[in-house]
Amino acid sequence: MPARALRITLGLLVTLLAASFVIFGAIYAAPGDPAAFLVGGQEDATPEKLAAVRAAYHLDDPLWVQYGDWIGGVLHGDLGRSMQYHDQVADLVSSRVPTTLFLVSYSAVLFVVAGVALGVLSAVRGGRVDGVVVAVTTLLASIPKFVKALALVAFLGVQWGWFPVTGAGEGFGDRLHHLTLPALSLALGELAVVSRVTRQSMLEQYAQDHVAVARAAGLSEFKVIRRHVLRNALAPVVTMCGLITASLFAGTVVVETAFGISGMGSLLVQAINTHDFPVTQAVLLLMVLAYMLVTTLVDLVHPLIDPRVRLEGSAA
Amino acid sequence: MTLLQAAVPSVATASPEPAKPKRTWPIPVRIAAGFLLLTAASAILAPLLAPYEPDAIDLNASLAPPDGAHVLGTDQSGRDLLSRVLHGAGPSLVAPLALLALASVIGIALGTLAAWHGGWVDAFVSRVTDVMFAFPGLLFVILIVSVFGDGLTTAVVALALAYSPVVAKYTRSIALAERAKPYIDAYRVQGMGGFAICVRRLVPNLAPSLIGYLVLMFGQVLMGMATLSYLGFGAQPPSSEWGLMVKEGQAALVRGALWPALVPGTAIALVVVAFNVVGVRISDRLGVRER
Repeated sequence: MPARALRITLGLLVTLLAASFVIFGAIYAAPGDPAAFLVGGQEDATPEKLAAVRAAYHLDDPLWVQYGDWIGGVLHGDLGRSMQYHDQVADLVSSRVPTTLFLVSYSAVLFVVAGVALGVLSAVRGGRVDGVVVAVTTLLASIPKFVKALALVAFLGVQWGWFPVTGAGEGFGDRLHHLTLPALSLALGELAVVSRVTRQSMLEQYAQDHVAVARAAGLSEFKVIRRHVLRNALAPVVTMCGLITASLFAGTVVVETAFGISGMGSLLVQAINTHDFPVTQAVLLLMVLAYMLVTTLVDLVHPLIDPRVRLEGSAA
Repeated sequence: MTLLQAAVPSVATASPEPAKPKRTWPIPVRIAAGFLLLTAASAILAPLLAPYEPDAIDLNASLAPPDGAHVLGTDQSGRDLLSRVLHGAGPSLVAPLALLALASVIGIALGTLAAWHGGWVDAFVSRVTDVMFAFPGLLFVILIVSVFGDGLTTAVVALALAYSPVVAKYTRSIALAERAKPYIDAYRVQGMGGFAICVRRLVPNLAPSLIGYLVLMFGQVLMGMATLSYLGFGAQPPSSEWGLMVKEGQAALVRGALWPALVPGTAIALVVVAFNVVGVRISDRLGVRER
């Protein structure tokens, strides 16, 4: 067990280092002078300004030293200065992280509950119900997120006025109300995969002897499904849900833009439009970090849900 | 005469027995295929079909609802939405096709190289793809766009680079299985070079699986392209690429005008759904192998 955890954590660190190097090194992929690129699109790029950027980024040092300085700063919570807001990037980011985390968690709750429920329904009822679930969820997965977002705004927001169409709201209840449509547009596309994995995993359990034994022992069908089929079918479902939740961070770029929510995703789009590369780097790095952390967590938690993996691990 | 009569029943008895599966397409697939053909035709014939010029501004008819003059209504600047959607079909379909072609050239080359060479080449390609997979969704594309500036060409190249590891991974997995087959050894014994075997024998033999896989990817690629344009990083005005049209129509949404955003949005959704319906059928036919 500890060996497995160590291996997974090491893998995480190596990938994170490589990804952060790609994000940092992107300055040098840009055509022209890196200092001019960092000043970014500003017409008044005086030689003094360029020199200041050159000094702040240690652009005259070797690449490895620069990268070391940058990643060292990041580890101390120093993400550099925004070229646009003349503000610490860390302050800019930290005010927006809670909104994005709230949105991702809310959306994760929605797709897990609805997806597993639909999967159970498909597995238990089968036939026509299964066909309808597959058709509807596949349809939802085939519509891009921004189109779903705008369709939800158009009908539930503007036409019927049930939900606000922009902003993130203040306080828990208001925030929940404001973020319902954004969370829905993130979650709807993921129902297809979650429901199908749940259904498949449950059907595999149905065929096994222990389910027949539970039935023969006189357990009600509800108890058989809940305690024996669903409980044993859970491992792949949890893994899949974890992976999807991790990928939701990237989805916030589109959804926050569509709903005008001031979070990490919309900050990234703004930063690119204003050529504010330090902010772009910081947001990308944090999103990759969030994605990698959640996927690694899924890997680490897997043996706790499925004891069989734990046994295999100890034998090896 | 009697011979003919005798022959008829024998044909009748022969036909119902399923010698091979019937080559008919289910109705949803026919509808979807028909819709795609229609879209392709309208993309080519847009200048003839469109009732207006796609960028003819008529401020008197701003945000007009659908009526006799404008079948699907108009946008903020009074441009006819039907004409814009028809003209937008070209860039909306060609850009994803181009990037998928580029991604498959890079991906197939890398995947075949990794599978054929093995060893450190394989390890290197796998590590590179691993790092690219560490960027979820479109984040890798966004990084490239932030460095090289936006525009349709940058977006196409960036998306192609982002999708090529997916193709490479799949190619590698099926090429490994194919490489182990005896006929490859037979060519090698005949003195055929590694490059020639890969290009002339191995990859052509993988083609059906690869095409089936790429067809399934197309819907996703089209969504990715439209999403980039929606964010403002892909096609630029005055293009009427569908993702860009949705972006431009969004502002009118809060004012109660739903058509400018929903018409191009529906167009994207319909094409992706139709492509997925047809794609699943085609890839089943071609026998896409499980990874």
